[in-house]
Amino acid sequence: MRVLGLILAGGRGEKLGVLVEKRASAAMPIFGKYRAIDFTLSNMVNSGIVKVGVLTQYNPRSLMDHLGSGKEWDLDRKNGGLFILQPYVSPEGNLWYRGTADAIYQNMTLLRRGEEDFVLIGSGDHIYKIDFTDVFRFHIQKGADITLVVKDLDDSYDLTQYGIVELDESDRIISVEEKPEKPKTKTAFLGVYFVNKYLLMDLLYSFVPYGGVDLLLDIVIPNLKKLKIYAYKFNGYWRNIKKGVGEYYKTNMDILKSEIREELFYRNGKVYTKLKDLPPPKFSGTASVENSLISDGAIITGSVRNSVIFRGVKVKAGAVVENSIVMEGTVVEEGAVVYNAVIDKNSVVREEKKVIGENEILVFEKRTVI
Amino acid sequence: MMRKAREIVALILAGGQGTRLGILTEKIAKPAVPFGGKYRIIDFTLSNTVNSGIYIVGVLTQYRPHVLSKHIGIGKPWDLDRKDGGIVILPPYQGNKESDWYKGTANAVFQNVEFVDQYDPEYVVILSGDHVYAMDYNDIIDFHISKDADGTIACMEVPLEEAHRFGIMVTEIDGRIVEFQEKPTEPKSNLASLGIYVFNWRFLRDILIEDDNDPYSTHDFGKDIIPKIVKGDLGRIYAFRFEGYWKDVGTIQSYWESNLELTRPLPPLNLYDPNWKFYTQTEEMPPAFISKDAVVENSLVSEGCDIEGKVYDSVVFQGVRIGKEAVVRNSVIMTRSIIGEGSVIENAIVAENVTIGKSVVIGEGEFLASELDPKVYNSAITVVGMDSIIPDNVKIGKNVVIGLDVKPEDFEKEIVPSGGYVLHRG
Repeated sequence: MRVLGLILAGGRGEKLGVLVEKRASAAMPIFGKYRAIDFTLSNMVNSGIVKVGVLTQYNPRSLMDHLGSGKEWDLDRKNGGLFILQPYVSPEGNLWYRGTADAIYQNMTLLRRGEEDFVLIGSGDHIYKIDFTDVFRFHIQKGADITLVVKDLDDSYDLTQYGIVELDESDRIISVEEKPEKPKTKTAFLGVYFVNKYLLMDLLYSFVPYGGVDLLLDIVIPNLKKLKIYAYKFNGYWRNIKKGVGEYYKTNMDILKSEIREELFYRNGKVYTKLKDLPPPKFSGTASVENSLISDGAIITGSVRNSVIFRGVKVKAGAVVENSIVMEGTVVEEGAVVYNAVIDKNSVVREEKKVIGENEILVFEKRTVI
Repeated sequence: MMRKAREIVALILAGGQGTRLGILTEKIAKPAVPFGGKYRIIDFTLSNTVNSGIYIVGVLTQYRPHVLSKHIGIGKPWDLDRKDGGIVILPPYQGNKESDWYKGTANAVFQNVEFVDQYDPEYVVILSGDHVYAMDYNDIIDFHISKDADGTIACMEVPLEEAHRFGIMVTEIDGRIVEFQEKPTEPKSNLASLGIYVFNWRFLRDILIEDDNDPYSTHDFGKDIIPKIVKGDLGRIYAFRFEGYWKDVGTIQSYWESNLELTRPLPPLNLYDPNWKFYTQTEEMPPAFISKDAVVENSLVSEGCDIEGKVYDSVVFQGVRIGKEAVVRNSVIMTRSIIGEGSVIENAIVAENVTIGKSVVIGEGEFLASELDPKVYNSAITVVGMDSIIPDNVKIGKNVVIGLDVKPEDFEKEIVPSGGYVLHRG
């Protein structure tokens, strides 16, 4: 079987505030050295997909820089490989993507030209590890037209923020409600579609020109009865960082738990990301580090606890970083204190400055001097 | 400085075994020996080459080339996967007349004259894949050009008592070499060759062809070629004084020291210089995790590590796991090795993929001379070879050798005293 991978990475993710001022949420740095899209992209590659289109729209610069030619994911290929699909100008007009279905519709050529039989559509800002070949097998066994990947969410998720699905006993989807006030079930749609390519093309040609621009709302939901749409239940760790700074922070902190590290970093293949050629992190004689993730090129002279430290960060002597996320290239100078904060790239916390989030997480944008 | 793409070809001599590194080079050539937490020794020379803007590189291999060849691959990490030039591995090959191993450093270059000729370069830079250093080759090439030299040798002042280990040169005031002594018992100066040469290619080519016909030559740059040119006044050879960091890391002791030196504040070899990066081929791994009860001081701890114990003054390579209550001190722990709970490892070099059980002690007791090979193992450092397994509760002294692929059943007793060794039987 051949599968075309499509990653929706055009969204801004407004709820992430200043962190997405200059990048799409799919480009959000996470876990010390990755960007959010690395997970979905690695999942696809690890599942044997060799042709992946990434649909971008909102400020794609850092995403483009990150993906490059797709080398790190082995997607720099003569056949297949990585395609960056941006909105473009043509004689027919100049159209931004109006929704997920429209975005794919505008890139119909990629679907039309390929030899793939199936399309797997995922989202660039979801953090999870999955073997998509299991989804494929499920899809075939059920004889499904479309398979959606779903998960039973526990109380740590706000169900009113997700697409909630209702299934019959054969796992066929009876209803989908996007962000319902009163969720009928605890089963949420994870934004992953597995669909027969020619069916998808037919659906797009039938609905998009008449205003059906959203894949879920305008195409899947109205066709629940006509088409066989099944739900594949995923049981692993899954988080959507777009849901807000709290969710983003919590997801980062989750990686300090060994079972989650094991699942996200080592199960179902590796997570690939852009290489930076930095030396191993250095811990000086005065360093004190506890329960933290420390990335390459970091130099720790002060103390770090319960934190995620990105590449090339410097925590200088006498500085304290606790319960925080400190992104690439940021310097925490001598005697400074950072507590409950997210500090974006290339910032500086000046000597003796105190950055203390009391009841909330403080967020600082790129290149802030505190 | 500005040069045309094909003006310079670099040849890296990477065939040596490095016998004084003992079991560290039993399965791999010295240039492939891991160094500095994520690199291999040859990465320094390769990175210097591309950082200096030289993009035609031949790597001459001979001894156990597999790990080295796999590491280099098509040269991608160094941007040496190029349409014009790039990196080429040059192993000894079978020719029309004879099939021959490389007989010496000069012979190795001689056998690859055709490789160099296809680029018709003005200069060749001859380097060794055995050394750890940061050097901009443009400096020596510019010096070479400014002196209108036929050959230039990079050199460094060394303590006079160590001069007998090097090629030693006597120069005129302007740097022209008037005498060259290879590993002399009575050195006339302390100016030592670093094994880094720049030659005008046409000049060197003629010398190499002539030397190949010399039945008395051992075909070595230091022993034959340089003395021949200087003595016979066949060309103008200059000494270029290098003042940066350069290490041969040729012995267990100097290998261990050079690694540990990186953990000090502002070490002489700066791995963190954004304008002179060192590139390597590494496996993709997540950032290092330091647990709640861990202590890490004065150390490098690489990606993929999971540290639950205590690490002091050590270099820990990628993917190493150090269990609870374990202590690692003054040691080099290579890729994917595992140190079990409660083990205490001091003054040791633990090679790749070693599994050390629980409550193992390494490095206790007094120093004793090695029963295996006192020429190679003559420091307090205990060395554990690749892929070995040390069972729980074993006590190992100083200057001990645990060989490669050693299995738990190879340990006859729970104590291996200082100077002792355990090798795999079978």
